[in-house]
Amino acid sequence: MTPEEILQGLYDETLVGNGPRVLELTEEGLSASMEPQTLLFDALIPSLEEVGARFERGDFFVPEMLIAGKAMAGAMERLRPLLAETGVQTIGKFLMGTVKGDVHDIGKNLVNIMLEGAGFEVIDLGVQVAPEKFVSAIEEHQPDIVGFSAFLTTTMPMFKANMNALEKAGMRNDVIVMVGGAPVTQEYADAVGADGYAADASQTVKRAKALLDEKRSMVPA
Amino acid sequence: MSAPRLETVLRSASQEVVIGHDRRFCLIGERINPTGRKVFQEQLRAGDLSAIARDVQAQVEGGADVLDVNMGVPLTDEADLLAKAITMIQELTDKPICIDSSVVEALEAGLSVYQGRALVNSVTAEDDRLAQILPLVKKHDAAIIALPNDEDEIPMEVEKRVELTRKIIEVATKEYGIAAADIVIDPLAMPIGADQTVVVTVLETMSRIRDEFGVNMTCGASNVSFGMPSRHALGATFLPMAMLAGLTSAIMDTRTPQIVEAVKAADLLLGHDEWGGAWIAAHRARQAASA
Repeated sequence: MTPEEILQGLYDETLVGNGPRVLELTEEGLSASMEPQTLLFDALIPSLEEVGARFERGDFFVPEMLIAGKAMAGAMERLRPLLAETGVQTIGKFLMGTVKGDVHDIGKNLVNIMLEGAGFEVIDLGVQVAPEKFVSAIEEHQPDIVGFSAFLTTTMPMFKANMNALEKAGMRNDVIVMVGGAPVTQEYADAVGADGYAADASQTVKRAKALLDEKRSMVPA
Repeated sequence: MSAPRLETVLRSASQEVVIGHDRRFCLIGERINPTGRKVFQEQLRAGDLSAIARDVQAQVEGGADVLDVNMGVPLTDEADLLAKAITMIQELTDKPICIDSSVVEALEAGLSVYQGRALVNSVTAEDDRLAQILPLVKKHDAAIIALPNDEDEIPMEVEKRVELTRKIIEVATKEYGIAAADIVIDPLAMPIGADQTVVVTVLETMSRIRDEFGVNMTCGASNVSFGMPSRHALGATFLPMAMLAGLTSAIMDTRTPQIVEAVKAADLLLGHDEWGGAWIAAHRARQAASA
């Protein structure tokens, strides 16, 4: 296979969520001395972006998004150490979790897939994440952005509890806070003092990138 | 040996609805809920409850036996809003109400104004939730929907869900004096799109709970089809399967004739619609409407 064929194959097989084939093509690319970042930025990420676009248009459904994400994750497991070796930076570190009292995770997982697809390193704390757990995870991982997800109007108040915990730990200004979930609105995000809100997975990626750029342009070099 | 099968009695001021294993399936209409409806939320925030009347009418016309009422509007006094909505709805219809909130104060306010015997939605197996909500249920002589999940997780194993169900029933009956007949378990129907084993799991959970405890069960029927195409067909297939496994009611949008009809057909096929009376009456009603 030519490098072009490998890239096209990776793109096509990720799109349909063929995990084993994506892994094979990744190996094939590497043994043909292709750069890991080429495989990532010229095939895997564009493919995941297309998956997200189709999902948003209603042409793709939840299982298709999940298996595509899984196929990419398999390739990333192989590529991540190589990317680190070659000094390729992720565009940012995103710490994610569903708030305490809330066990919904499908929306959050879709957002994670899109963020990874866009080149973020995502650390997922899962569901029912208590404020103190967010605080200790922020300490440990030093993310650029932390995301709170809530699916119920009754668990949304945990956003504020999380914000208070961040304030109390003196880390509010170290991290960008984004909130989201089915019942969440911009108005509510503002009311709890979050830095960002997005209505769906692909908007989350755009907003996260914009917030990062904003923050980085403010930090003196 | 199977446990005796229990009946849950709900009432408005003038009407009684009984949920039970040998009866026709109980449809709990779910649309009186502002989640994800921006205009409705703004109206409610401004104290305008008029849109509720339309939702009530639509659910009742669709065949709802009970109405689920949720007033979870962020940044409002949910207790006050829920009490007002319940008072208003009880003037519009004689269907019993399922009072839906996870805010304890809102449940209390709703129960205080409710005329009859309400269904409360819901409590989990978490100790603090049980301790907050069960005394209210007992005090107001209501029935309660309970979910077998705890602070850690939604268990994906049948056995764990059955265990948590046992815990809920024991705590409610022994510590709070609530009859097992007044506990309606929600065995946790999850989206099939995210994991293709979840419906088999919930169906097994249902038969286990029916056989071991005899209690009634309900679930959010639309959860199953989340994120999938042709959602109505999935709902219309899921509910009859669940009914065979022991589900006796569902919280669902009754404006979907395809799903309501599937439920009515299953009532007849499972022997819960004597001489097909309800099935034939529904046919006549459609004939009359189109004449």
